[in-house]
Amino acid sequence: MPIQVLMPALSPTMEKGNLSKWLKKEGEAIKSGDVIAEIETDKATMEVEATDEGTLGKILIPEGTNDVAVNTPIATILSEGESASDLGKAPTAKPAASFETPAPQDEGAARAATAESRSPHPEEGATAPVAKGAGVQAAADPEIPAGTEMVTMTIREALRDAMAEEMRRDPDVFIMGEEVAEYQGAYKVTQGLLQEFGDTRVIDTPITEHGFAGVGVGAAMAGLKPIVEFMTFNFAMQAIDQIINSAAKTLYMSGGQMGCSIVFRGPNGAAARVGAQHSQDYSAWYSQIPGLKVRSPSTAADYKGLLKAAIRDPNPVVFLENEMLYGHSGEVPKLDDYVIPIGKAKVARAGNHVTLISWSNGMTYALKAAEELAKDGIEAEVIDLRTLRPLDTETIIASVKKTGRAVTVEEGWQQNGVGAEIAARIMEHAFDYLDAPVGRVSGKDVPMPYAANLEKLALPSVAEVVEAAKAVCYR
Amino acid sequence: MAAPKKSVAKETGQDKGNGADLPVPDFTKDQDLRAFRDMLLIRRFEEKAGQLYGMGAIGGFCHLYIGQEAIVVGMQMALKDGDQVITGYRDHGHMLACGMDAKGVMAELTGRHGGYSKGKGGSMHMFSKEKNFYGGHGIVGAQVSLGTGLAFANRYRGNDNVSLAYFGDGASNQGQVYESFNMAELWKLPVIYIIENNRYAMGTSVTRASAQTDFSKRGISFNIPGVQVDGMDVRAVKAAGDKAVAWCRGGNGPFILEMQTYRYRGHSMSDPAKYRTREEVDKVRHDSDPIEQVRNRLLALKLSEQDLKAVDAEVRDIVNAAAEFAQHDPEPDAAELWTDVYR
Repeated sequence: MPIQVLMPALSPTMEKGNLSKWLKKEGEAIKSGDVIAEIETDKATMEVEATDEGTLGKILIPEGTNDVAVNTPIATILSEGESASDLGKAPTAKPAASFETPAPQDEGAARAATAESRSPHPEEGATAPVAKGAGVQAAADPEIPAGTEMVTMTIREALRDAMAEEMRRDPDVFIMGEEVAEYQGAYKVTQGLLQEFGDTRVIDTPITEHGFAGVGVGAAMAGLKPIVEFMTFNFAMQAIDQIINSAAKTLYMSGGQMGCSIVFRGPNGAAARVGAQHSQDYSAWYSQIPGLKVRSPSTAADYKGLLKAAIRDPNPVVFLENEMLYGHSGEVPKLDDYVIPIGKAKVARAGNHVTLISWSNGMTYALKAAEELAKDGIEAEVIDLRTLRPLDTETIIASVKKTGRAVTVEEGWQQNGVGAEIAARIMEHAFDYLDAPVGRVSGKDVPMPYAANLEKLALPSVAEVVEAAKAVCYR
Repeated sequence: MAAPKKSVAKETGQDKGNGADLPVPDFTKDQDLRAFRDMLLIRRFEEKAGQLYGMGAIGGFCHLYIGQEAIVVGMQMALKDGDQVITGYRDHGHMLACGMDAKGVMAELTGRHGGYSKGKGGSMHMFSKEKNFYGGHGIVGAQVSLGTGLAFANRYRGNDNVSLAYFGDGASNQGQVYESFNMAELWKLPVIYIIENNRYAMGTSVTRASAQTDFSKRGISFNIPGVQVDGMDVRAVKAAGDKAVAWCRGGNGPFILEMQTYRYRGHSMSDPAKYRTREEVDKVRHDSDPIEQVRNRLLALKLSEQDLKAVDAEVRDIVNAAAEFAQHDPEPDAAELWTDVYR
C-alpha cells in the first residue's frame, strides 16, 4: 500500500510552513535518509528526509506552496512491488518524515529547535501574513500622528527593526547572546544584523548566561549600550544576580555616579509543550526590583516603539517578550523614529462594565474574552499595561473608577503576582468605587506540565476570563 | 632588612610569556618612596577605619586590607591613564591607590553625605568614574565578569586600555570566574585577573576549599598564562604588573596574576580569626611585611628615620582629617532616599 509523506513539524510549536522545493522527482528511487524536500517557516529552512524506501510515487503539494498545514499529505511513496497504478489505493499515513537543521548541530540549535513559535490560536498562526496581533490598535492612538502610513509586520520583524535602527543611530549599541549572530537568532529575531553590523557589534556568546550578563553590565558601566539577549528568560535565572545586584543597584549604590544603560531581552513565559523549566513567567520577579524598568508589550507597534525606547533608556531595562507572539503580525507606523516614551498603559478596547487588565500574551485571552462578553451585553474595557515597572496606576484607576469592576489576567502564578499588586493598588486608590472584589485569572499554582491537556489547564483561558468577568459583574 | 635580589615570580600555565621566572628589579629611590607613602596611607587609613568601627561610627561590614597593600600599590604603578580597576568588598586600599580622596572614602564608611556614594553605598560599594574605579562589589566573584566587561568595552572602542579585575582565593572558586576566563581568552580581551591569595576565604583556608591551590594555573584550560607573584614585595608586583599590562596592551588577551599575600586582620571587623594561630600572623608580619620591606630599603639608601617619620606624619594628617570629616559631615538628607534609583 502506498505510504503518504505528511508535512512535518519543524518544532513542537509549528502549525504550518512553506514547501519550498522538491529535491526528488516523481518516479525517482528513494532510500531512507534521502533528503526529498525543503520546507521553511518564517524562521528557518529545513530538509525533509525520507524514512521509507521505495519510489516517489506522486507529489501532492507542488513546490512553492505556502502555508501547508502540518500533517497534510505532501507526497506518496510506493513500496517495492507497487506501481503508479497502486496510487489509488488507500494510503498508509506516515506521520512525519524526519528532518535536520542545516545549521551547526549544537546545544544552542537543540535548544532553539525545541522552541519555535506557535500560536495557541490557529487563526493567528505564526506564518499567517495578515493576521492581526494580539492587541487591537486603538482607534486614534495619540502616539501616532494622524495620517501616518502603517506597515504590517511580525513582532519578530518589529524587534529586529528596532534594534537595527538603534544600532544605526548609535555606535555604542551592540547585541550579544547565544546564537544571535551566525545562527541569526534562536528565534530569528536578530536576522540580518550580523550581515549589516558585523561581528564586533553582533556577538555570539558561549552558553554562559551568568558570565555574559556580567560582561554586558561591565561594558554598560564603561558607557556602552549593550542589548543582552537571553535565549529565554528561563536561562536568565543563571544571570539574575548580575541583573539585580549589579545592573539595578549600581546607580543607587554609587550615589548617582555610575549607571548602567542596558537592555536584557528575550522570550518570557510559557511557549508550547516545553515543560516546567522552559515555561515560566518572570513578570512579577523583575517588576519587584527598584532600579529596573520592565516592559512586556503585546502588539508589533508597541514591541518596536518600546524596544527602541528601552535601548535609549539610561537605566537597565528588562524587556520580556513572548515566544507565542513572535509570529503575530500587526500594523506598525512607518515613521523615521517611532519611539514610545516611558511606559504608559494603553486602553486596547474601551468599555463601561468591567476593566480587564493584562499585558503580553495575556492580552490574547483578555481581548478574546472581551469579544465573548460583548455578545452577552457586557462591555469590557481592556488595558494593555505594556510596562510593568513603572506601573501605570493612573490608567488602571481611571478605568476602574468608571467600571467599578476589575479582573487581572496573567500567565504567571497568583501568589505575589502582578495581579496581586494591581488588586492592592485598586484597593488603595479606588476602594470606594469598587462594586465587587477584584478578580484574578492566572497561571495555576503548579510547575508547567508537559501533557497537552494539562498544559492547557495550567494556563489561563478565555473561558476563565469570561467567567471571572461575569463573576465580578454578578452575572 | 634589604630584600636580597631573588626570583619571586614563577610563571605557570601556558608559556606564552618571555621566560619562566621573573627577576625582581630594583626600585629607584623615588619609586620606593612613592610605594612607601602609598602603602602607608592605606595602612593608616585602615587602622583608623578599624578604630572608628570599634567606636560605632562605621556600621555593617568593614573588611580591612592591612597586609595586602603592596598589591594595589605595585599594580597601580604599572598602569596608565584610562586603565580601569574593579574589585570585591575588601576595597578601601584599591580606592586609595586609584587616587580617590581619603575623606570621601572615610565619609562613605560612616554613611555621610560627603561619601563617594552620598552615604548610600557603604564600605563595599564605592565608585569613582573620574579615577576609573568601578567598585566596590559585595557579591563574591561578580566583579570578575564586570571587569571582563570593562575590558570588552576597551576592545570595542579600539583603545589600548586594560582592565584590572581583583578577586580573592575564595572568589576563584565561583563559576562565573571561569565563564569570564573563557570569553576573555576567546575574544582576546585586555583584562588582568589579579587573584589576591591571602590564604583564607573568610574562615576557610585555601587548602580546605581549593582542589588546585596554585591559582596561577586556574587559566590553563583556557590557555590564559598565569604567574605566581610575591604579593608582599611591591617591586615584584610592579614587575609582574608590567609584564601583564604589556601582554594585554599588545592584544594578546587576558593574563592571570596570583598575588601571594596575607591579611593581618580578620575577614571583617566581626571576625575573631580563630581559624589560625596568633603565631602564624606574627610570623608574616615579622618576616615579610610589605611596608617594612620598603622602609628598610629606604633606610639602606641613607634616608633617615626622620625622613620616613615625615612621610608618616603627612599620611597621618590625611587620615586624621578624613576621620574628622567623616564623623562631622552630615548624614545624607532624607530626600536622598528617593534619588539615584533611576536617571
